[in-house]
Amino acid sequence: MELLSGADMLIRSLQDEGIEYIYGYPGGAALHIYDALFRQDKVKHILVRHEQAAVHMADGYARATGKPGTVLVTSGPGATNTITGIATAFMDSIPMVVLCGQVASTLIGEDAFQETDMIGVSRPVVKHNLSVRHPEEIPEVIRKAYYIASTGRPGPVVVDIPKDMTTPNERFEYVFPKKIKLRSYNPAIRGHAGQIKKAVDMLMAAKRPIIYAGGGVVLGKASDQLTELVRMLGYPITNTLMGIGCYPASDKQHLGWLGMHGTYESNMAMHHSDLILCVGARFDDRVTNATEKFCPGARIVHIDIDPASISKTIDADVPIVGPVDAVLKEMITLVKESKDKPDADAIASWWKQIDEWRAFHGMRYENSGDTIKPQEVIETLCRLTNGEAYVTSDVGQHQMFAAQYYKFDKPNRWINSGGLGTMGFGLPAAMGVKLTHPDDEVLCITGEGSIQMNIQELSTCKQYNLPVKIINLNNQALGMVKQWQDMNYESRHSQSYMESLPDFIKLAEAYGHVGVRIDRKEDLEAKLKEVLAMKDELVFVDIYVDRFEHVYPMQVARGSMKDMWLSKTERV
Amino acid sequence: MRRIISVLLENEPGALSRVVGLFSQRNYNIETLTVAPTEDETLSRLTVTTTGSDKVIEQITKQLNKLIEVVKLVDLTEGSHIERELMLVKLKTTGSQRAEIKRTVDIFRGQIVDVTSSVYTVQLAGDSEKLDGFIQAVGTSGVLEVVRTGVSGIARGEKVLSL
Ligand SMILES: Cc1ncc(C[n+]2csc(CCOP(=O)(O)OP(=O)(O)O)c2C)c(N)n1
Ligand SMILES: [Mg+2]
Repeated sequence: MELLSGADMLIRSLQDEGIEYIYGYPGGAALHIYDALFRQDKVKHILVRHEQAAVHMADGYARATGKPGTVLVTSGPGATNTITGIATAFMDSIPMVVLCGQVASTLIGEDAFQETDMIGVSRPVVKHNLSVRHPEEIPEVIRKAYYIASTGRPGPVVVDIPKDMTTPNERFEYVFPKKIKLRSYNPAIRGHAGQIKKAVDMLMAAKRPIIYAGGGVVLGKASDQLTELVRMLGYPITNTLMGIGCYPASDKQHLGWLGMHGTYESNMAMHHSDLILCVGARFDDRVTNATEKFCPGARIVHIDIDPASISKTIDADVPIVGPVDAVLKEMITLVKESKDKPDADAIASWWKQIDEWRAFHGMRYENSGDTIKPQEVIETLCRLTNGEAYVTSDVGQHQMFAAQYYKFDKPNRWINSGGLGTMGFGLPAAMGVKLTHPDDEVLCITGEGSIQMNIQELSTCKQYNLPVKIINLNNQALGMVKQWQDMNYESRHSQSYMESLPDFIKLAEAYGHVGVRIDRKEDLEAKLKEVLAMKDELVFVDIYVDRFEHVYPMQVARGSMKDMWLSKTERV
Repeated sequence: MRRIISVLLENEPGALSRVVGLFSQRNYNIETLTVAPTEDETLSRLTVTTTGSDKVIEQITKQLNKLIEVVKLVDLTEGSHIERELMLVKLKTTGSQRAEIKRTVDIFRGQIVDVTSSVYTVQLAGDSEKLDGFIQAVGTSGVLEVVRTGVSGIARGEKVLSL
């Protein structure tokens, strides 16, 4: 029988759970745990400079690897600082466990120093939260936390640990449970066979079908199955911002991504389709535009692990609840066995129509002037990295340009805060990726607004040698806000300028990194090459881009999917 | 439409706040809520009455089911069921009114459970409409205080909500 203190049990449980890294920041209520951490070397701790960044780092790690991230913070301010990160992970269904110190259980409710009701504060933005009520429970609570975080529709789980649960001199028997079973939590493990059959019949009969895939395909590790099914059918596919990479962007069946800033051809094809096969997406308002005008002629098959995502905003004709990989596998088998084949003539004329839409617009931007266009920066980066980099982004115009002009052929490489839209996400997320992918190129595409929301992490990058490349598309404005003000508020730029920008080069240097400024179009490619050649350095690349550029296409507010601005003057 | 949703919930601290939080967070409406442990003390039985379109009710039941501590639930209004609410009412009663009130209580099959020279305390059980009806019958002017438990419900016949 092995006797351990609560703090040692916690760290042992993390080891037994196979956790490699935790990201965190110490403080009073977590000190017993930090001491236990010190006395071992299996679980590595990364000390950030702000707890929000610890969560985004764990998040970036989780998105790139598909494994749950882990965060450790103290009570009160340490815990509340994680909330934005947790909400970010929650909106994008990212598996993660956030371990929070808490004041001793005897003090709870007395407004003790650094006491916050973290269970209450986090409740609306977690998949679940748990508190430890006895030190002996710790291994089971930890096991449960990871189990819940990473199964079904994944999400963040908070564990609240009162300080007296981790007291060093009280020891208890350590038993790590082999299996967790919860009578009240049983995620679906396969889809309903009858529904899947119905869906395949509808696919075979469709004349203008489209596959609409989302982040669920990436999270559900189902890219291979999706790609196989789509190629077998020969149908067009579009995906959401979160689904980028779930199907190769360079493939001719791929129409690009859809929605507010999606491609013309994706939005047109969705609107005119007669059958939408939705795989792991959730008909978010940034995709559908006005729901009452959404795809009037389409019947909808919706596959999702979360029944609550189905028929929430748009009603499904055929709902299928199940893991996307398992459901797609069954569909592939049925398609192979099916006596019916897709209607070749109808599909050919559907493609003809789509190719016309493609020819009409495609992705384009005006690039005649002397200023550097943000789109050109991304295209150049994509070329120079062969489309193989891990790209994290912040939130704003730069995010949309990155998603539009970097072509991802693989999943898990495009990492952004799609659901919550959290500025400040990009750099820490990139750090989480780089830590476990030291030989891969990791780019953080950001803006001068967003980067300043977690700029302190340049210090963490120095400490742990994380040579990410920060690509700052510096338009000297909160560009996306300014774009909306241009379009909806007669260009009244209320609080959307970034005045008094720091000298980012000096700032990077102050943290011990390299800074490179690019402000002439003719230097762009050569300088970016130099930057990418500095394999072992974090390089902050401050690129002065066109301050007046807008992101297009852009759906017209309250319109249907097909109502779009294609440039400042063209509206369809 | 009005619905009665009956939920088996893990009897754990925090579980109830998750249910209540869900309703306010997603802008669903709670009309009444009752909760108490069941014969199996690891489980609580919670009954919530709410209103909404079919689409909203479908979301409510799905979102409730998603809560880790919700073990099972049923929308009682989907089948035939029995619903009951208990009410305690304090009524001002003097002189000739007393006999009149007593008669009304009898008609509604209530009981007078406490008496002073000027006050009757009446206990009444039934569905919510019956309780509303009683208040209307005695007239609001004499009502000093009303306490209602909120609705509890159970399906008719063989159907049970259990593990
Ligand atoms: C934390 C947070 N605050 C505010 C916003 C609203 N917002 C969305 S985009 C944006 C501007 C971002 O500016 P910048 O990072 O410079 O990117 P740009 O649009 O200029 O490329 C703002 C303020 C947000 N998404 N996140
Ligand atoms: Mg900017």
